[in-house]
Amino acid sequence: MRQTSGAAALHLGTLISGSRETLQREIDRRRSGWQSKAMKQVGRLLAPLAAILLLLIVWQLYSTLSGAGNDLLPAPSRVVSAGWADRSSLWDNLLPTVRAVLLGFSLSLLFAFLLSIILDRSQSVRRALTPVLIGSQTLPIIVLAPLVVIWFGFGIGPKVLLVALVTFFPLLVGLLEGYGSTQRDAMTLMKTMGAGWWTTYRLLRLPSALPSFFTGLRISITYAVVAAIFAEYAGAELGLGIYMQSAKASFRTDLVLAAVLISAALTLCLYALTFALQRLMMPWYAQSRAGSQ
Amino acid sequence: MSAAPARIELRDVRKSFARDGHRLQVLDGLSLTVRDGEFVSILGPSGCGKSTLFALLTGTEAADSGALIADREPLVADGSGFAWMPQNDVLFDWRTVLGNVALGAEVAGRLPREQARERARELLPTFGLEAFADARPFQLSGGMRQRAALARTVAQGRGVLLLDEPFGALDALTRTELQLWLEQIWQRERWTVLLITHDVREAVLLSDRVYVLGPRPASVRLELEIPLERPRTVDTLADRRVAELEHKLLLALEVGGQRQEIDD
Repeated sequence: MRQTSGAAALHLGTLISGSRETLQREIDRRRSGWQSKAMKQVGRLLAPLAAILLLLIVWQLYSTLSGAGNDLLPAPSRVVSAGWADRSSLWDNLLPTVRAVLLGFSLSLLFAFLLSIILDRSQSVRRALTPVLIGSQTLPIIVLAPLVVIWFGFGIGPKVLLVALVTFFPLLVGLLEGYGSTQRDAMTLMKTMGAGWWTTYRLLRLPSALPSFFTGLRISITYAVVAAIFAEYAGAELGLGIYMQSAKASFRTDLVLAAVLISAALTLCLYALTFALQRLMMPWYAQSRAGSQ
Repeated sequence: MSAAPARIELRDVRKSFARDGHRLQVLDGLSLTVRDGEFVSILGPSGCGKSTLFALLTGTEAADSGALIADREPLVADGSGFAWMPQNDVLFDWRTVLGNVALGAEVAGRLPREQARERARELLPTFGLEAFADARPFQLSGGMRQRAALARTVAQGRGVLLLDEPFGALDALTRTELQLWLEQIWQRERWTVLLITHDVREAVLLSDRVYVLGPRPASVRLELEIPLERPRTVDTLADRRVAELEHKLLLALEVGGQRQEIDD
């Protein structure tokens, strides 16, 4: 069945094996590239650690040499030791904040996905809702936080709500921009294959949107912890926000700063988690970018 | 001319677009026929409306007047009649080569996903891709990407392939290699093909028949049979008739005479 003339088969063979060798070489080159990249990543971690260390040293020197005192500006060593001494209380206050952040963020994700699909399908709904959505982002959180507490009480509800409200917009914009970046030819291709909108969404528009979605995810996750702390500040039984407030009320600046450090560390962890998630969800992306460098 | 039944028939097709308040006539009474098992090329200058023609055939645009007939039936507007290969390969980065080739079958949903992939896997050797089933598109060279895109087109199992300048983005050497390769597998598979190109040599090397379109508004200027024997190889290019055919096509395109340029 599959017989071609000898010369033709030979030519085809060299053509294909030729490009196969090129590809193998290319793969080898990139593989050795990945190995040296592991080394580079260790190096990449050193730079931010050095920056943080430098910042702490300057802070330490300033607060000891200026004689600002522990109420005004406690040295980092003092912050750490005070925080350590009060660790069980800090831990008890950290957990509700983490819970509010995770629940609020999940709600936000769910809402952003559903809304993005609706807005992507219907231009008229999109036009109608855009001013409302943008308006929702201009509400000053400092005013909103106490209001939400008045409406919904001191429980976890208002914190979750506030986190969701603050984080959902970058997620939504990331998704919508991502859908918009879908190649037109690819849309036409799906259409000629007879794909309906759901198939097109699932196989083309959603994967196309992922890089932009993760950008939105990284922006919004940095807001999440701050939003939860704000909501707790306005009224809560436990949480980093209320911890900071009561520490401030008793002039324990060192404990306020200890809670600040913990919330910063929490945000950093969540931020790093988005990269891990991205690697998991779109393994081709890092590789294709590494290849194009 | 062969007596094989017509797969695509266009009769007096007209299409215009509104631009800046007036009508821009793109296709002006275009008629052509592609018969079963025939390799037909459409050759024309840039912006002559070749892409509009494919938009009509794939159903993304509707003609103003005239008849588009596929297998003796009026062309259905959902564009599901032909397998289309776009100019840029649009392989999906998030799918493996195999996943890309199987895309059409998965979309059609006639087969379960696994079975669609098995069917696609059987096609890969034809396209020299059997070793790359699990590779990602970004790992492939330009020529291999085009072969994968062509495999995806063929795997749809539609009667007619619409190839829209498939080799336009490749370097000259790779392009010639792929043209010769396409000639070889076409020799074996005998798909019905409608190829849009502005590469005169490509049209001569691959086609049974070539239609030359004039500049906008486009209609057929010349219909030329390519009587070169098959299989055509790199030796065919040394045939004196190739130069004559190319000359004829270039004259019809008014290259060299008037300022009608064929550019990328």
